[in-house]
Amino acid sequence: MKFAVIVFPGSNCDRDMYYALHDVLGMEADLVWYEHSNLENYDAILLPGGFSYGDYLRSGAIASASGVMQQIKAHAEAGKPVLGVCNGFQILLEAGLLPGAMLPNKTLSFMCHYEALAVANHETSFTTGFDKGEIIHLPIAHGDGNYFVDDATLSELKKSNRIVFTYTNNPNGSAADIAGIINSQGNVLGMMPHPERAVEKLLGSDDGIRLFQSMIENWRVAYAANL
Amino acid sequence: MKKVIIHIMPKQGVLDPQGKAIQTSLSALGFSEVEDIQTGKLVELFVEDAENIDERVGEMCDKLLANPVMEDYHFAVEEVAYT
Repeated sequence: MKFAVIVFPGSNCDRDMYYALHDVLGMEADLVWYEHSNLENYDAILLPGGFSYGDYLRSGAIASASGVMQQIKAHAEAGKPVLGVCNGFQILLEAGLLPGAMLPNKTLSFMCHYEALAVANHETSFTTGFDKGEIIHLPIAHGDGNYFVDDATLSELKKSNRIVFTYTNNPNGSAADIAGIINSQGNVLGMMPHPERAVEKLLGSDDGIRLFQSMIENWRVAYAANL
Repeated sequence: MKKVIIHIMPKQGVLDPQGKAIQTSLSALGFSEVEDIQTGKLVELFVEDAENIDERVGEMCDKLLANPVMEDYHFAVEEVAYT
């Protein structure tokens, strides 16, 4: 399975993402500069955290209007996996690949610490490695992580089981304690906490590794089924 | 040439933590009469004259300048005064 980690000017978790896939899991992975990129030969696209374009206008807004988004949209429409973490999630929201928007944290401060999350849906292709309702620990690092969505869309997200992770102790004011959501097709996941920063016990938690293992396992099952 | 002044504000009911923080500070300075504050953005564009300028600016706002999920916008088109 081949992963593309998209690098925008201002991305800063791109190497952590690459390290998780390439060094820890032994996958093929490339850091792909957003300009003049060709994503056709990748099985999964990873949008890393950071501050693309210095968060100008709104977090993720400028990156969401860049040319590479057309390729990412085509990749998503083809049913292939896309994972956006932190700024990557903000970019997916701004691009309209996921519903809702990010407001500043209710405390107005940047937050950087471990949070306990509940796995609200363990049946997505990103979360089959977790148990139902399992509590996991991942770091957060964001200033704009206060997930906002209108009531109708929120009830739709709940009804269709598209809330994938929730905070057990909501740190930022997110609607319905939402930490991560998935699209209706089930192949585009956005989340504020950082699984790629929790891939070895030495880092404080290795709960994040199972998210990537789930992606790989489910890709292999689908690949074998299509042979 | 026209000057377009765009106001982008949080939608009604959307939490504006910056506004809340400013209100708290004003109150600490003795301006307790301030009941609510809304902060937003002001963007000025200088645009080539065209008949469909309103339509084009609306598209710019919908596609990039504002986020319709959480923000409302309105704009005014002015003549640029030459000196």
